[in-house]
Amino acid sequence: MIDKQVISTALAVADIPDGACVMIGGFGEAGSPTELIHALIDQGAKNLTIINNNTGNGEIGLAALIGNGQVKKMICSYPRSRHSKIFPELYRAGKIELELVPQGTLAERIRAGGAGIPAFYTATTVGTQLADGKETRTIDGRDYVLEYGLQADYALIKCEYADLTGNLTYNKTARNFNPLMCMAANITIVQARKLVGPGAIDPEHVITPNIFVDHIVEISTPLIEADLIAENRRYP
Amino acid sequence: MAQLAASDIPDRSYVNLGIGLPELVAKYVPKGREFIYHTENGLLGMGPAPELGEEDPELINAGKKPVTTNPGASFFHHGDSFAMIRGGHIDVCVLGAMQVSQQGDLANWSTGTPDAIPAVGGAMDLIAGVKTIYVITQHTTKNGTPKLLEQCTYPLTGKGVVTRVYSNLAIIDVTSRGFQLRQLAPGITFQEVSDRTKASLMPLEQEP
Repeated sequence: MIDKQVISTALAVADIPDGACVMIGGFGEAGSPTELIHALIDQGAKNLTIINNNTGNGEIGLAALIGNGQVKKMICSYPRSRHSKIFPELYRAGKIELELVPQGTLAERIRAGGAGIPAFYTATTVGTQLADGKETRTIDGRDYVLEYGLQADYALIKCEYADLTGNLTYNKTARNFNPLMCMAANITIVQARKLVGPGAIDPEHVITPNIFVDHIVEISTPLIEADLIAENRRYP
Repeated sequence: MAQLAASDIPDRSYVNLGIGLPELVAKYVPKGREFIYHTENGLLGMGPAPELGEEDPELINAGKKPVTTNPGASFFHHGDSFAMIRGGHIDVCVLGAMQVSQQGDLANWSTGTPDAIPAVGGAMDLIAGVKTIYVITQHTTKNGTPKLLEQCTYPLTGKGVVTRVYSNLAIIDVTSRGFQLRQLAPGITFQEVSDRTKASLMPLEQEP
């Protein structure tokens, strides 16, 4: 019987090397695999390229990974928010690279990467400075910009239910980028709130099929970032 | 502004509301009409904010604020969510603006200053993909600088996309001939609106 369970977050992220490209699921804290990110901080891999919609909040999770000096480059759509301070400071100091990608283009680039589509045309960014230097093409009288698919060495994912074979379901708007990233990474590492036996998830309800999942850690009571931020907590 | 914008949105429209002023549109849905709200982080059928203590950190809107679901709601991933946007399935998007040009260009994501952290989110996808783009904005900035211009000076979010502007002074259509006054706010004159608009403004067309 296939069993993709790993007993600890430390083991799950142990092989991520310096210089890796890592997709991290989540939109703000919803769907953020905070425990896996903290394990990556403990593990210490450096010069990482991170793909996430945002850049983390407070001094925990993704923000703490960036603050720990492990991230060379961020690919994201919205690198600032109310509680985000670490990335803005490093960016202004010229200590971190940023590739700014509109949110829908980011999602589609990840989906394309996972689906074996090297590039696609979109009307998003036409006539703006984010289209500067990009190939364009007129199709049926409308202008489009060429965007390339994104792939990663690893993806860190949070889900609700996982079965031991790697089938996943998600919780509400915590789904966001997670299913796309599962498809686009060479190795996909998942933290699940509940790990169940094969067959416990109705095949009709599976959101991410197990072919896209490699390792699963059960984290039954995940951290709530908003609470930690309210308490001014930091990691480590 | 929000009430007037809401009254121009047809029944059963799929609507995406930007963060801030545009969110108020949901409070003024005309009687007998139903809008289905899309939030780009993966929810169709978004409901109002929850009661205090009922917030769920995994049920939020694009502004990362807690929301609820209405009966008939659905969750989906970002790929599907932006397929709804890019594929032209969302009927109306109401957004805020820093600047709007008489050609319908919109600037609302960056002032372009060197120390600004550029952050675009889903704004460029929304205006490229949604059929009708309404802007809700104060007519001028806090220090009185016009926001409706011949040309935007800030970096563009998109070109030729805005259909109509709802400001605190007037409702203005963006036409192929430029800004066309559609309705004045109570107690406001055409001259007052024109003086605060840095582009030519066509007056109300007289009934023949």
